[in-house]
Amino acid sequence: MSYLELSHVQKSFGPVKVVHDFNMSIEEGEFVSFLGPSGCGKTTVLRMIAGFENPTGGTIKIGGVDQANLKPNRRNIGMVFQAYALFPNMTVAENVAFGLKVAGASKPDIEARVKEMLDLIHLGHLAERYPYQMSGGQQQRVALARALANKPKVLLLDEPLSALDAKIRVSLREEIRAIQRKLGITTIFVTHDQEEALSISDRIVVMNAGIADQIGTPSDIYNRPATRFVAGFVGTLNILEAKVENRDAATVRVAGRSITIPPANLNGAGDGAAITVALRPEALSLSKSPSSDVALDGRVTSVNFLGSVIRTRMDVEGQQVSFDMFNNPGLQPPQIGDIATAHFKASDVLVIPN
Amino acid sequence: MIGKRFWSWLAVFVAAVYFIVPLLATMEFSMRMRRGTYSFDAYRSVFADQRFAETFSYSVVMALITIAIGALLIVPTAYWVRLRMPYLRPVVEFVTLLPLVVPAIVIIFGYLRLYNSSSWLPLTNTDMGANALLVFGFMTMSLPYMYRAVDTAMRTIDVAVLTEAAESLGARWPTILFRCIFPNVLTGVLSGAFITFAIAVGEYTMPSLLNRPAFGPYLALIGANKAYEPPALAMIAFAMTWVSIILINITTRLQKGAAGAR
Repeated sequence: MSYLELSHVQKSFGPVKVVHDFNMSIEEGEFVSFLGPSGCGKTTVLRMIAGFENPTGGTIKIGGVDQANLKPNRRNIGMVFQAYALFPNMTVAENVAFGLKVAGASKPDIEARVKEMLDLIHLGHLAERYPYQMSGGQQQRVALARALANKPKVLLLDEPLSALDAKIRVSLREEIRAIQRKLGITTIFVTHDQEEALSISDRIVVMNAGIADQIGTPSDIYNRPATRFVAGFVGTLNILEAKVENRDAATVRVAGRSITIPPANLNGAGDGAAITVALRPEALSLSKSPSSDVALDGRVTSVNFLGSVIRTRMDVEGQQVSFDMFNNPGLQPPQIGDIATAHFKASDVLVIPN
Repeated sequence: MIGKRFWSWLAVFVAAVYFIVPLLATMEFSMRMRRGTYSFDAYRSVFADQRFAETFSYSVVMALITIAIGALLIVPTAYWVRLRMPYLRPVVEFVTLLPLVVPAIVIIFGYLRLYNSSSWLPLTNTDMGANALLVFGFMTMSLPYMYRAVDTAMRTIDVAVLTEAAESLGARWPTILFRCIFPNVLTGVLSGAFITFAIAVGEYTMPSLLNRPAFGPYLALIGANKAYEPPALAMIAFAMTWVSIILINITTRLQKGAAGAR
């Protein structure tokens, strides 16, 4: 039995159903991210686990215990909010000590635990500061320490990095992951940022319109998207319309070329069936490598300099194809209007279920 | 730039003249009790009157009880309306505004009709009952100011998220209300409290019709019978208002965390 189990969880607000039959099992110590666009229901699922929303249907169990009749203050779940939610009238130390005081811990225990938590987030020297005297990143670290102080069964992070600037986001997400690994605490992280989810999760749940479209490891989600939504939402993808030429030979016709893909990728599509194939921009290259066996010719329509990468878009028989090349000051990138050839391996072609 | 500053200073000057000249005139008149020279005789006369101490202390006690009960009633109400029942907001706003359009005399006549000696709850039969009616009356009159002060203070903090954060840390409602919410709206509560204090201490109609030994009726009595003591009492009342304002400022500054968070 898994540590945290969500079985057929549903939630409606009046006539609007925001979560449809959500099922998931999370192991103890696992770091799972809920990824999806705004309004997909990821925060609602998180709030149901915390007890702030009551499910319309289904069960939520933590350590085998049904949470249905437990109020939020009886669940022992740590929560970090997007807006930090530190108590403005309390110092950093008082904020971290709050849950311990409520639980009736002794003064020496509280002091020791507060020190331990503040050392964990490297903010021991700011114990007497008020929240308004700290930066957003520091406040969020204090919120994390406060949530962890009571040794919760599960840690819930509701878009904790959304209000921070890009650099702080990267360093703090790494810090969150390091702390999670150190404490071994079961964690659910809600985000709409795919890079965040891909970089720190053991598993990702990609949510769309109240449904878990795919649950898998970051590598699974990125390399083997189960639905067109997942393929489009996670990373950048070239979507191309294709037709199965010969099912037995696993050949498909795409952009005027006949290519052979791994037979398993066809997902049972028969001869002549219209299918959607996809290619990651990094799978395409202007230079031919020994392993690349397909080439697409097209006219360059745009060139975007993204720092370390140059993203080029070209028109291949009416379909738009993007590819990335590392920025090399010694090499001239293609110019708009040039005819270019992009090479790729047929095995990199993903077939997206329609 | 210089022209702009000139007009700004002129506006400040005109406002200062408008406020300060009547005050200085009142002060000057209150010090003319002794013929041919300025003195504080009127103030001495006021402070020497035992009724001043009695009525003033009575009104202060009534005001403090009103503030305590008012805060205990209004802070949880504003909290619940903001957190759980926002749809009731227009109703609560309307109810809290009613005392501004219903005169005190109407309210107190309503009380007297409902709670007189031949009613089912004869509160006017005892001093304690009459005092309770007076406190209820003061609370009603201060409702528009107290509710708005508290509600405005609550608007500056994210009540819902702070409540959820406290709940996730194991806190129950009393702890959430008194340790997480109340300290962060203390400035609003105090602002409302000082206005309530001013209303309660200066109110004439309610204590007069309830036959209570309050400061308002005493002020009216002195005003009707003496010449120099009323302006002296007016200056004392102004001084009390200023002390209240200074206390609000000090409290706001002392409340570091909540004040800074705004």
